Amino acid sequence: MSNQIQGNTALIVSTSPHIRDAESIPRIMWSVVFSLIPAGIAGIFTFGYYSLYVVFLSCVAAVVSEIFILLLRKQPVVNTIKDGSAVVTGILLAYTLPPGVSWYIPVVGSFFAIAVVKHAFGGLGNNIWNPALAARAFLQVAYPAVINSDWRVLQHGIGNLVHSIVRIDPEGKLVDAITRATPLAKEAGAETYLLTQLLMGNVPGCIGETSVIALLAGGAYLIYKRYVKWYVPVCYIATVFVFVLILPPRVTTPWANDPFYHICAGGLFLGAFFMATDMVTSPLTKRGLVIFAVGAGVLTALIRFYSGYPEGVCYSILLMNTATPLIDRYTKPRLYGTGEKRV
Amino acid sequence: MITLVKSKLKTFAGGIHPDEDGKVLTRDKKEVSIPLPRTVYVFMSQHIGAPAKPVVKKGDIVKKGQLIGDAQGFISANVHASVSGKVIDVVPWPHPVTGVKSPAVIIENAGDDSWTEGANVAPDSDINLITPNEIRQRIQSAGIVGLGGATFPTHVKLTPPKDKTIDTVVMNGAECEPYLTCDYRLMLDKPHEIIQGLKLVMKCTGCKKAHIGVEENKTDVYALFKDLLSNDPQIKIDLMEVKYPQGAEHQLIKALLNREFKPTQLPLEVGAIVINVGTAFAVYEAVKFRRPLIERLVTVTGDGVENPQNFWVRLGTPVKQLLEEAKIAANVNKIIFGGPMMGIAQGNIDTAVTIKGTGGILVLRGAQKWESHACIRCGRCVDSCPYGLNPSELSILCEAKEFSLALENNVMECKECGCCSYICPAKRPIVHSIKFAKAEIVKQKGKA
Repeated sequence: MSNQIQGNTALIVSTSPHIRDAESIPRIMWSVVFSLIPAGIAGIFTFGYYSLYVVFLSCVAAVVSEIFILLLRKQPVVNTIKDGSAVVTGILLAYTLPPGVSWYIPVVGSFFAIAVVKHAFGGLGNNIWNPALAARAFLQVAYPAVINSDWRVLQHGIGNLVHSIVRIDPEGKLVDAITRATPLAKEAGAETYLLTQLLMGNVPGCIGETSVIALLAGGAYLIYKRYVKWYVPVCYIATVFVFVLILPPRVTTPWANDPFYHICAGGLFLGAFFMATDMVTSPLTKRGLVIFAVGAGVLTALIRFYSGYPEGVCYSILLMNTATPLIDRYTKPRLYGTGEKRV
Repeated sequence: MITLVKSKLKTFAGGIHPDEDGKVLTRDKKEVSIPLPRTVYVFMSQHIGAPAKPVVKKGDIVKKGQLIGDAQGFISANVHASVSGKVIDVVPWPHPVTGVKSPAVIIENAGDDSWTEGANVAPDSDINLITPNEIRQRIQSAGIVGLGGATFPTHVKLTPPKDKTIDTVVMNGAECEPYLTCDYRLMLDKPHEIIQGLKLVMKCTGCKKAHIGVEENKTDVYALFKDLLSNDPQIKIDLMEVKYPQGAEHQLIKALLNREFKPTQLPLEVGAIVINVGTAFAVYEAVKFRRPLIERLVTVTGDGVENPQNFWVRLGTPVKQLLEEAKIAANVNKIIFGGPMMGIAQGNIDTAVTIKGTGGILVLRGAQKWESHACIRCGRCVDSCPYGLNPSELSILCEAKEFSLALENNVMECKECGCCSYICPAKRPIVHSIKFAKAEIVKQKGKA
């Protein structure tokens, strides 16, 4: 008995608290990976197995880039890889790419996301922009022709999945591929889709952005796990909804002022649930997050209505990422016992 | 703002719900006395404020309850012999809270355990006739301090500045620290005495109202007190949500009285004083029997003891004895004075002894060391901070030794409750960094 008590050289002396919540960074990141699975399945269903290949390439490139940079930075490799953040970046980047994109696009993009956007700023937690979105913006500028033209013609039904592994569509319908880039295309003669199609996801678009239902399922899971604060996607999407109603449109598409069409088409749900909610690059407080989400909504609507781009989710979130330190500065929590009472 | 679903339970904004509760280990264990310690080490500093001055010397014979440390200055408290015997020495001894050596009177127990003259006297025929001043004096001479853990001298608390009026005494029966059950057991065992003690405090401060708060995991205590207080419209009791730190002064007053004051301010800013149930019991003992504070209830618990218990412990009892009574297990790797949220880890168990503020000794076998990661800005610490601070930013500033920026961001308002560190998925030692910065800031101020 006394031996046990005397043998106390091994006692840990540390500051309180002496217990910690079970929540951890790996748990959060792998939950995000899990929540992205439905949207991925929907993408493969819609665009074919080649999409899965793009997602896989993107993830592998992200992880390999992370290992390479960690070795360069002389940082622990295994634990950092296990935290899953590189996989999240890989998946998210792939989800924003055209389904028929060449193999080197996700590879270059993932490397840029990890090496430049994430690690050049100090690694996970210190990056200013969402790595996947910043890489997507980089690809847009660096490879405009590839990004804007490699749209895959829809493969309806499982029967066509096999054909879609090859890049050239068996029916050779790549001719009008550009106008089929997104349901939000503004060019004359662009196709309009039904709301049910947009909800299910059998519309053209990027790999992981088309199925509203699949994205909602993943998003709901993250809200349930409290990794996503519900008011971020809600405020973002609601702001786009409202601004679509009130902004005067410059195009004459049938859906120009249709808020339901606008929120369900394009990358809004993917961005609102999985990118605007990136913890690292969004504000800390509830007030800050609401400002962030509303700001992203306004910018998305403005870009969609008045710029040359059909889509504005990527740039609007990146711009709000940039504004995050400023938002944080002006939305500090109120010191207890000062100002208004906390409810 | 319209609240759609209004919970009946009172509470505050922020805070955490720890997964580990641990109260089940001891909540049904009736408190027991342990054999008297052979030697006690009684610190002169067992309270916030100036240490008491030793008034005995090596070789003196002392009786139980005899004054051995005289309070120095306004914020200080008397210290009494907790056993009868011979003073072996008066030496600096490693203090379990500060970690540095501090004067202690070492008494070898003679075993007769007889009270000193003037203590433990026959009670006054009616304690309701004792004047407020007399109550305060008896509390002061008994060396009573806040037994919830803060150890603020009680007689000082009961002497508010002239410009402050106090209308409500709040009694803390929340016991929000996981694992600890000594307050719960005391409330079950001594409800009459605790209520008497509360009434004495009310009389002493001239308060017409009192409000007792207990967490919802103690409905038996609530029912018991509700019953006893059925003829006392002045004293209210309420159930509160089980949430940490519900028992801290700010959160208790927010929940029960809906009053707010700054973290660094005292409850008397909003016309309240807070006493712990253990303190109320000590007040009763001191006023009725003139028993000085020489023992308290201590929860000895955790997976590192085979027989977790609530013990009546004389102040200055070596912790080793308590661990033997509770049957310490093999491979213990952490021993904590207090609860898991705010308790202090001990480095040397051979010298550790109990003091007035020791409500629990938590013995753990599987205590972990956490590897910390850069902040991922999830905001959980901001949401959990009950004091409206930004722990994420503070921890980064404190780690970078940016003390002036930390000051601008209210680092001194931190009460070190630990919610932020607990909830952090990156396992950042937020409280550790903040404590370090606060100490450095105080040091630099002293030099300036």
